[in-house]
Amino acid sequence: MVGITFTLYIGIAIWSRASSTKEFYVAGEGVSPIANGMATAADWMSAASFISMAGIISFTGYDGSVYLMGWTGGYVLLALLLAPYLRKFGQFTVPDFIGDRYYSKTARAVAVFCALIVSFTYIAGQMRGVGLVFSRYLSVDINTGVFIGMGIVLFYAVLGGMKGITYTQVAQYCVLIFAFLVPAIFISMIMTGVAIPQIGMGSEGADGMYLLEKLDGLHRELGFHQYTSGSKSTLDVFLITAALMMGTAGLPHVIVRFFTVKKVRDARKSAGWALLFIAILYTTAPAIAVFARTNLIQTVSNKPYETLPEWFSNWETTGLLTYTDKNQDGLVQYVADPEINELVIDKDIIVMANPEIANLPNWVIGLMAAGALAAALSTAAGLLLVISSSVSHDLLKKIIYPEITDKGELIAARVASVFAVILAGYFGINPPDFVAATVALAFGLAAASFFPAIVMGIFSKRMNKEGVISGMVVGISLMLFYMMKFKLGFFGGGTSEDWWFGVSPEGFGTLAMCANILIAILISYRTPAPPKEVQLMVDEIRKP
Amino acid sequence: MEKPFNTYWRANLKYLSILLSIWFLVSFGFGILFVDFMNQFQIGGFKLGFWFAQQGSIYVFVALIFLYVFLMNRLDDKTLE
Repeated sequence: MVGITFTLYIGIAIWSRASSTKEFYVAGEGVSPIANGMATAADWMSAASFISMAGIISFTGYDGSVYLMGWTGGYVLLALLLAPYLRKFGQFTVPDFIGDRYYSKTARAVAVFCALIVSFTYIAGQMRGVGLVFSRYLSVDINTGVFIGMGIVLFYAVLGGMKGITYTQVAQYCVLIFAFLVPAIFISMIMTGVAIPQIGMGSEGADGMYLLEKLDGLHRELGFHQYTSGSKSTLDVFLITAALMMGTAGLPHVIVRFFTVKKVRDARKSAGWALLFIAILYTTAPAIAVFARTNLIQTVSNKPYETLPEWFSNWETTGLLTYTDKNQDGLVQYVADPEINELVIDKDIIVMANPEIANLPNWVIGLMAAGALAAALSTAAGLLLVISSSVSHDLLKKIIYPEITDKGELIAARVASVFAVILAGYFGINPPDFVAATVALAFGLAAASFFPAIVMGIFSKRMNKEGVISGMVVGISLMLFYMMKFKLGFFGGGTSEDWWFGVSPEGFGTLAMCANILIAILISYRTPAPPKEVQLMVDEIRKP
Repeated sequence: MEKPFNTYWRANLKYLSILLSIWFLVSFGFGILFVDFMNQFQIGGFKLGFWFAQQGSIYVFVALIFLYVFLMNRLDDKTLE
């Protein structure tokens, strides 16, 4: 199964080689809106969306909604506030826009720096995901898995650039969505008799009780907070959702996808398609979460350890599931109180063990492996392109060596992506502790830097370089500081008790963004307005 | 060109403010700020607030973008005539 999909990806790469920088960076601007929508969806949905998200929701219930709303709502902002205007502007990268709109190499350099930080924290996580999938399903060593993943990505990203990536991503979307839906539909049929998981989730189980009511009841019994209501404060839920939304809209590898379509109209339309394709997975995930949670509690809670099904011991050997019989009664006590609880479950099991828990045939499990790999590889390739174009186009051509030929730039782009893959692979094999902690925060960083800079560049003619540069610097420094202090223990560290206004680091991006905007506005009104030609450029971007 | 362009931009801003208000209402409103109030109501097995947070808001988001595509295409055609 995995072999077939890999052959497919490589075939597409050979067919769609890039021969100019325009093809390498933006696929020659000739991608149809639906294809671009699919590619964006695959680009966007990473190993985390595919493997971890349903699991996180399964364990946190309502609190998990921040990811569902945050990672989809961002596309509304993207479609309405960014994509059409950036396409009209018509360059290759996000730093291109920042550099030209704010008529400053400093602004461009700050933007390159932000793009590199965001992309690197993200790509290391993807390579790790590739390695994990290989080691669990195909029983190869995790490092070998990372190497294989590196090889594949390198092949089609270096050869095909954006063009190769786009068409492989279309194929990868089809693989990953099929792999995600098949087990979900089967399980929905088994548990509720309804074939559509989105509806099945709110339907009655075999015993005539609504699944969600039953689950709330089970949670109360075992001492967890109710599934359909949360444990986080409303303020925090609000701020995290906002940070994820604005971060999504500000992620460079997503924005750059909208440079690949032919016209402004197509940019809008393709954002719609992208969200539709994403929504198919994102509305199925909470359904899987409910099915899996109910199934899990009913299968294990207070059952004798000996009678548990085979998948339980299978996953015990991976260490992702551990059982310690604390009170020596031979039963599994799965409760909220850590003193009594005997079962620890890793969130990633939920999606991956789902087919086994529901007794689905073996080919479905192979399908899951192919799907998870498609999700991780497509995201890694998209990020890789942002990194290589930041180096070859924004740094080399626009700042250091403007006389470079198109051919030379193309070579530089390819060399840069080779280095980026090797670096990403290195982090995949030797993951620094901070990777896991920072991937989620990449959104906070993007929200605190790019999002306001781009939106103000389009909707305000008065915004100038002084304002935006100081805004971006303040925004990203505040976010980095808060993240290092409360996630990594620098600057004296601190626990959740010390959070400013009780805001978690995940939600802090929203506050950092407000600081960015406030500073930018204050400073821009005390410094000269942007030159006439820049104001004319803004007018031009706004025209149909 | 200046005059029709100004009308075009103002119409665009009007669409944006309406659509973004709906965007805010279904997610931050129904799904977060008023979730307890909305949870008093039920559709099928879903509490309404919970449904908006995990399902409804996403459907509305998709609809909003396609609505914007439709409105702007119409506006583009009218302005360029």
